[in-house]
Amino acid sequence: MKYYDKLIFELSKPGRIGFSLPETKTQLPKGNIWRETPTGLPEVSEVDVVRHYTNLSQMNFGVDTGFYPLGSCTMKYNPKINEEIANMPAFTGLHPLQPESTTRGALEIYVGMDKALAAITGMKHFTFLPCAGAHGELTGLMLMREYHMSRGDAARTKVIVPDSAHGTNPASAAVCGLEIVVVKSRENGLVDVEALKPLLGPDIAGIMMTNPNTLGLFERDIKEIAKLVHDCGGLLYYDGANMNPLLGMVRPGDMGFDIMHLNLHKTFSTPHGGGGPGAGPVGVSDKVLPFLHIPRVSGFHGNFGIILRAYAYILMLGREHVKMAGKLATLGANYIKESLKDCYKLPIPTVCKHEFVFDGLLEDNGVTTLDVAKRLLDYGFHAPTIYFPLLFHQAIMIEPTETESLETLDAFIAVMRKIAEEAKADPEMLHGAPHCTPIGRPDETTAARQPILKYD
Amino acid sequence: MSKIADGLLYSESHEWVKVDGNVAIIGVSDFAQSEMGDITYVEMPDVDDEVEAGSDFGALESVKTSSELIAPVSGKVVARNDELEDKPELINEDAYAAWIIKVEMSDESELDALLNAAAYAEIAK
Repeated sequence: MKYYDKLIFELSKPGRIGFSLPETKTQLPKGNIWRETPTGLPEVSEVDVVRHYTNLSQMNFGVDTGFYPLGSCTMKYNPKINEEIANMPAFTGLHPLQPESTTRGALEIYVGMDKALAAITGMKHFTFLPCAGAHGELTGLMLMREYHMSRGDAARTKVIVPDSAHGTNPASAAVCGLEIVVVKSRENGLVDVEALKPLLGPDIAGIMMTNPNTLGLFERDIKEIAKLVHDCGGLLYYDGANMNPLLGMVRPGDMGFDIMHLNLHKTFSTPHGGGGPGAGPVGVSDKVLPFLHIPRVSGFHGNFGIILRAYAYILMLGREHVKMAGKLATLGANYIKESLKDCYKLPIPTVCKHEFVFDGLLEDNGVTTLDVAKRLLDYGFHAPTIYFPLLFHQAIMIEPTETESLETLDAFIAVMRKIAEEAKADPEMLHGAPHCTPIGRPDETTAARQPILKYD
Repeated sequence: MSKIADGLLYSESHEWVKVDGNVAIIGVSDFAQSEMGDITYVEMPDVDDEVEAGSDFGALESVKTSSELIAPVSGKVVARNDELEDKPELINEDAYAAWIIKVEMSDESELDALLNAAAYAEIAK
């Protein structure tokens, strides 16, 4: 990888241009509409622009360049057919304000997507307004509140969240003005039903759960949990971040969930990372359906281009192959877990779903999870999620997704084993990793304590 | 192995309390700072704010994670360590010197629920 960190402004030379416009034959507009100061745009030639952005893109690592086992993020490959469909002029030329009679095609995409997601999840209908997973969580909690308020049940101000939850769950609840109550997990990583019981009462709005949870484990007691929460008058919210392994196999609606979001940029293969655009459609059961139109959390109809890509993906797979995605994701995760558990600490040794968590190296040589993650970069793999979930001190969370071949999984396993060997032989070398990337270990502490937010 | 200072009281959520008359001086333990890693931000209440035992009164942020600060006792905040605003690393350097807030206790019997150094040592492993 070639190091390149220039700004396009650094390439600028006065008077250099990359285009030429014909002389205008009509008169230019008159009046005080003309700016008085220079535009401050970089002055560069076409080849400067092309090389600049190509060089920058080569500094990046993505699913198109290599294996990206980032747990909890479902970094599956984004099929190019999604892009091809989304780039059709019939879609790219759409404007959200054009007459409804001319947008029937787009509306059909929404209707089709609503049906497909309802079939996959067991929910009644979806809203496509939310533009991200956490945006969906907020929408879902607003729906939860609408439901309780419609019944005159204003005392329900608390939301239960397991200690293994994604950080966004309590954050969304707090933004929605709800109080958070944490329920502990048992030794086996699953929600402790006995610890849940005393928390339930007339002040509980609902529970937010991810299933499989952040340890990649299926919450087996979900039916009992659903009954307990419903009996106390609360609702169940399903965080769809971990929906991938359940695709076509198990439906949140059948587990008893009332409201859920899906991360289209995870489970349904739309581009992920770099800040979006994302999509977090929210689905509801019959009970919550009357309120679905109430939260107006974005303008127009959400990120149409993303919804379209996800719809293309679902239609491409079809009913049968949607099922294969979840199965293969689960198989791949278990294959890596079993192949590495003799060199990495596996705190919960049961069968996992699409992801699992190691708690650092088996042998304690002072080599940390951070060292392992940094060393992986030297071997051309993106690092997994580290130090999450918080239940384990040296957490390494691996999610291979279904799109990786056996050869890729084996190559990753071989490198992880090699790093475990290196940790025994030369821990110092690992403390200094990565050695082959343009940037080693940025000083995150100083960056957080004294951030420089402006380029001089 | 993290340090545990004798003569202080500890909460299960890793805050320490030094009792000075009816004032509780509150910080976080050495174990807490070592688990957090380099602390980058300390969120503190204002003087005269009320804190309630068992509820959060602020938060620590580090490169690795963020964690709520749980009040070991109830009462009114009479002082806060403003030096931590610019130098959160003081907690990493010496967790027992870098106090966070001082609270005028409204119920000193709450101290009975806290742990002594020996009992806390059992938790902070």
